[in-house]
Amino acid sequence: MKEDKILVEVNHLKQYFDINMGLFKTKPLKAVDDISFTIKKGETLGLVGESGCGKTTAGRSILHLYKPTSGEVIYDGKKVDKSTMQEYRTKATMVFQDPYSSLNPRMTVADIIAEPLDIHKLYSSKEERQERVLELMGYVGLNSEHAARYAHEFSGGQRQRIGIARALAVNPEFIVCDEPVSALDVSIQAQVINMFDELQDKLGLTYLFIAHDLLVVRHISDRIAVMYLGKMVELASAEEIYNHPLHPYSQSLLSSVPEPDPKKARANQRIVLSGDIPSPLNAPSGCPFRTRCRFAAAKCAESMPDFKEVSKGHFVACHRTAEIN
Amino acid sequence: MLNRKKPFSIQQDLGDFRPATDKEKEYLVQMRPSTTFFRDGVKRFMKNKVALVSFIIIILITLGCIIIPFFWPYSYDAQLGVTPGKPVDSSFKNLKPFQYGKTELKRIEAGEKVFPHVFGTDSAGRDYFIRIVYGTRISLAVGFFASIIVLVIGLTVGSISGYFGGKVDLVIMRIVDIIYSLPDMLMVILLASVIREPLSKILEGSVMEKIGSNIISLFIVFGLLYWVSMSRQIRGQILSLREQEYVLAARTAGAKGKWVITKHLLPNCISVIIISTALQIPSAIFTESYLSFLGLGVNAPMPSLGSLASDALNGMYSYPERLVIPAVMISLIVLSLNLFGDGLRDAFDPKLNG
Repeated sequence: MKEDKILVEVNHLKQYFDINMGLFKTKPLKAVDDISFTIKKGETLGLVGESGCGKTTAGRSILHLYKPTSGEVIYDGKKVDKSTMQEYRTKATMVFQDPYSSLNPRMTVADIIAEPLDIHKLYSSKEERQERVLELMGYVGLNSEHAARYAHEFSGGQRQRIGIARALAVNPEFIVCDEPVSALDVSIQAQVINMFDELQDKLGLTYLFIAHDLLVVRHISDRIAVMYLGKMVELASAEEIYNHPLHPYSQSLLSSVPEPDPKKARANQRIVLSGDIPSPLNAPSGCPFRTRCRFAAAKCAESMPDFKEVSKGHFVACHRTAEIN
Repeated sequence: MLNRKKPFSIQQDLGDFRPATDKEKEYLVQMRPSTTFFRDGVKRFMKNKVALVSFIIIILITLGCIIIPFFWPYSYDAQLGVTPGKPVDSSFKNLKPFQYGKTELKRIEAGEKVFPHVFGTDSAGRDYFIRIVYGTRISLAVGFFASIIVLVIGLTVGSISGYFGGKVDLVIMRIVDIIYSLPDMLMVILLASVIREPLSKILEGSVMEKIGSNIISLFIVFGLLYWVSMSRQIRGQILSLREQEYVLAARTAGAKGKWVITKHLLPNCISVIIISTALQIPSAIFTESYLSFLGLGVNAPMPSLGSLASDALNGMYSYPERLVIPAVMISLIVLSLNLFGDGLRDAFDPKLNG
């Protein structure tokens, strides 16, 4: 499926929120701070990181749901701005985390799924709309009898399918999946993940898959990016990052993945991080991870390390990559 | 008899059971037939007996005060004892229910049929029943129109303020605060008396003249002052609703402000809208009645339930029915509107009834 054509290119994307610190004082909260990456057509890029590290914000900024503070998103060779927004909205969609709050309780399933079609007026008759809705429901494994029901009549997994059908309505190429399975229980997670896989094969979709469950990400992703405190610290292919994580943060993150085999599990060394993730309002100087890093040195406090390619397709932002590994 | 080994055994006798037929099985797995949102709501509403009865009462009262004046032989402003060229016949004043005046008694003796004064007459000799009917008409009209004005203004301002937030919200809410802090009774009286004069000149000769400039100015006062609490409530609802992910989903699909407000935000605050509108009607009826009491309400011969009640205060001990009837009418209208509003909210909230 994978082609070499670059579909999405994110360049130095920054998303700051002004937080009121007093009557007239504001302070920028650096939710996403200067991230750059590319996604090839037909590829799945997994985005992992702790809660509050800016994964969701990054996903939303890429879709321009928040106006990025600076930086640009280039989609299919064109910069996303006001003039290309209309088109971008029909090419890039999103699946949301919470299947309960992402569906309007006042609308029937058919209306929810057809909403993007209604907004862009992508059908000529009611029959065509209905046909398309039923087709989409078929894609995600929903019964056509469900079309006239309300979202609250469904279980979490079914609701998430409705959300996916809505995201597929406009025939998109690129879907940002914002922790689409974290609200579901494990057996349903597997079903939904496999459905994502099948849909990708069938429709040639490109995913940005945001999650904090590393096993899920490993299963579905071609490449994985690791974020910490608004910055991207490592980006490599899924196998590479699992076998040779270079950044100390990725190493500790991966050591936390539970190992099903008890013998292997005992042999594994879990790298436990001390302390909490610092508030993005007072991020540490230099490398954001230095306050919790085992290898922190003087230069880590002085400057933010560059996000550089150490081997082919493997990017790391760490001053001491060579010394640690 | 059951074949139990022990007399008090709870063992089941399998002979009591028989396998379900295919038809019965089908019945059990049958899915609820799908309906539209509106039909679903109506069906649920019909099940709520109290609300249904209230709704019927409101319909009956409304129809009654529209239709009855067409065939009732007496007019709301005709003083029955007064005939041109003759001295005033005071026997028509202050009649008890189903009593007749002198000339009417003579006509009855002569074998003529005279339509009874169901509620008697008032101190000026006017048929009280038809005055109640007209009073209800005015009160209902004031109630409905005033709350529609309040609803439209409150809804627009509240949803704009809530959706756009930030500076827009700040400015609108400070204006609302200013209006809120004014003593509304004072403002109503002031505005009503200031608007009255110029308004009656504008209305001269038009259909509206009969309704009276006071009622029109009452609507204006409502439009200017009473929307604030409605707009505050709606703003609060919308502020919380707009953070929901389905709003974000709509924006991901490219929806603009108008689409989001009308398709997502307003349908989800419908229960708040219904309840505050249903409560607005009685409050409008009350305001109208105290303005009538102060002489700022309806124009003189035209009655309203409020003015009828306040007129009846003078003869409260001799003619208690004149106070009781409009009071009961007001209570009936207000109570049924409230119960009806409750029923509507329950019926149209899919989350409450699965």
